[in-house]
Amino acid sequence: MNVDVDTINHLAELSNFSISEKECESLKKDLGEILKYVSLLDEVDVDGVEPTYQVFEMENVWREDAILPQEANRGQLLALSKEQKDNQVKVPKVL
Amino acid sequence: MKVANKTVSAVRLVQDALKKAHEFSDYNIFTFLNEEGALKKAREIDKKIARGEKVGRLAGVPYALKDNFLTPEGETTASAHILQGFSSPVTATAVKKLEDEGAIMIGRTNMDAFAHGSSTENSYFGPTLNSHDKTRVAGGSSGGSAVAVALDIVEFATGTDTGGSIRQPASFNGIYGLKPTYGCISRYGVVAMASSTDCVGFFTKDPDDMDLLMSIASGKDSKDLTTLDDYYNTETTSGRTIGVVKEFDNDSVAPEIRKALEEKCELLKSKGFEIVELEMPALKYALSAYYIIVPAEITSNLSRYDGIRYGFRSDDSNDLNKLYAKTRDDGFMPENKRRIMIGNFVLSSGFYDAYFLKAAKVRTLIVKEYEDAFKKCDFLLTPVAPNPAFKLGEKVNDPVAMYLEDMMSVSLNLAGVPGLTIPAGKTKDGLPLGLQLIGPRRSDKALIEFSKNLREVEE
Repeated sequence: MNVDVDTINHLAELSNFSISEKECESLKKDLGEILKYVSLLDEVDVDGVEPTYQVFEMENVWREDAILPQEANRGQLLALSKEQKDNQVKVPKVL
Repeated sequence: MKVANKTVSAVRLVQDALKKAHEFSDYNIFTFLNEEGALKKAREIDKKIARGEKVGRLAGVPYALKDNFLTPEGETTASAHILQGFSSPVTATAVKKLEDEGAIMIGRTNMDAFAHGSSTENSYFGPTLNSHDKTRVAGGSSGGSAVAVALDIVEFATGTDTGGSIRQPASFNGIYGLKPTYGCISRYGVVAMASSTDCVGFFTKDPDDMDLLMSIASGKDSKDLTTLDDYYNTETTSGRTIGVVKEFDNDSVAPEIRKALEEKCELLKSKGFEIVELEMPALKYALSAYYIIVPAEITSNLSRYDGIRYGFRSDDSNDLNKLYAKTRDDGFMPENKRRIMIGNFVLSSGFYDAYFLKAAKVRTLIVKEYEDAFKKCDFLLTPVAPNPAFKLGEKVNDPVAMYLEDMMSVSLNLAGVPGLTIPAGKTKDGLPLGLQLIGPRRSDKALIEFSKNLREVEE
């Protein structure tokens, strides 16, 4: 798999990174090598094989739809953000 | 392990551990030392002992905590810049269980940022040095924890293992390291990497301590719906038939490791165990499948780090989208970025079927291969990694070379089976060697019991 600059820039956008040109070059090389390595899977025949997404033995673990006591309160959680105003997290202007 | 009692105080145990932590500061093991907090807890335990009150099974035992377990002490950063300043208001369930038994955390240990790495060189705080050779890596990602135990600073340390992050550093430092069955120990309050393979486990100096820690930490947690019932304390099996994997016996494995495995097998044979050679051809593809599936899950799990609600935020942007992008660009290490981008690639439309879906199907073959193997033997004994601890800087700029370190450890995580690193002597240069004992799901206790027997046979 050949990775070009456009692919790297597209992936950076999907990943929410603002990468520099220099970074783009090294990522192009590294990602190309990684994808080349993982394409070893091309030689495996998986016809008729179902995929496995998890190895947990149970499915659909249900619980009551009830509010349980929480360790952290609103104030403690808000205090983790860099800026707060009027009991809310403050962010730069959106619109 | 040494537990506080009427003759040995918890304060003394904690003071000794902290003193050693300072003595070995050049190894760069800790990202935070919990000096005041640890001594305060120790004094409380000593008071209880003096009053004749009941104390836990780990009373006053100093331990080290990998930097990806959430507790209010210090900052939980997963050794990543993007979590700088994050002091958690909640405590991980595994930590709570240990501390309810009286264990005392003396510090947080260095790791590859977000556990992405196999050497602890991808840390924002710089590398941790190997306990036996300061020019070599500690292994990773739980390198700080492994070295803290190997240098006898603490009695035990916690780790997480997504693809080998406990077993490989245990092997590089000559100690025991267990990756339990998937779902055995709660992951509530542990920084997520890849949710379908992440496991919490431990480093210890002997299998008896491992047994005690597992009996305390395992079991169902209402805060983590992927936990299994408490099978550890109820189910035991044992075995006399040991499998060795043909695919792991080749030139890519260092001769000294192959020799260590051969010697261990000879010893077992002489004691009446049966050794069988198994072919597991799908394991050749485990590493490729892993480095597709795991980055895909990382992409999802690490999308939460945006600098808004907690942790580090880049200052210089008045535009929200630019702020996200700048924060993530400044806050992640290069290896974090590579994995996030690979994950986005393999999940993209047009590539999903060829990469992610294909890897998920190969995962099925790997799961089945382990199931078949355990019809023919009780445990597998294999190398942990292809080589002993390598030189600092040797692989850090070559991602594929670093990934190849994980070639014999990742398949267990994909299959959800447990693996225990046991020490297996040293190289002629004095570097520790380790081997990996693998069992079917829920055989954690049997693995530990087997390693106890093995130790007795060796003595």
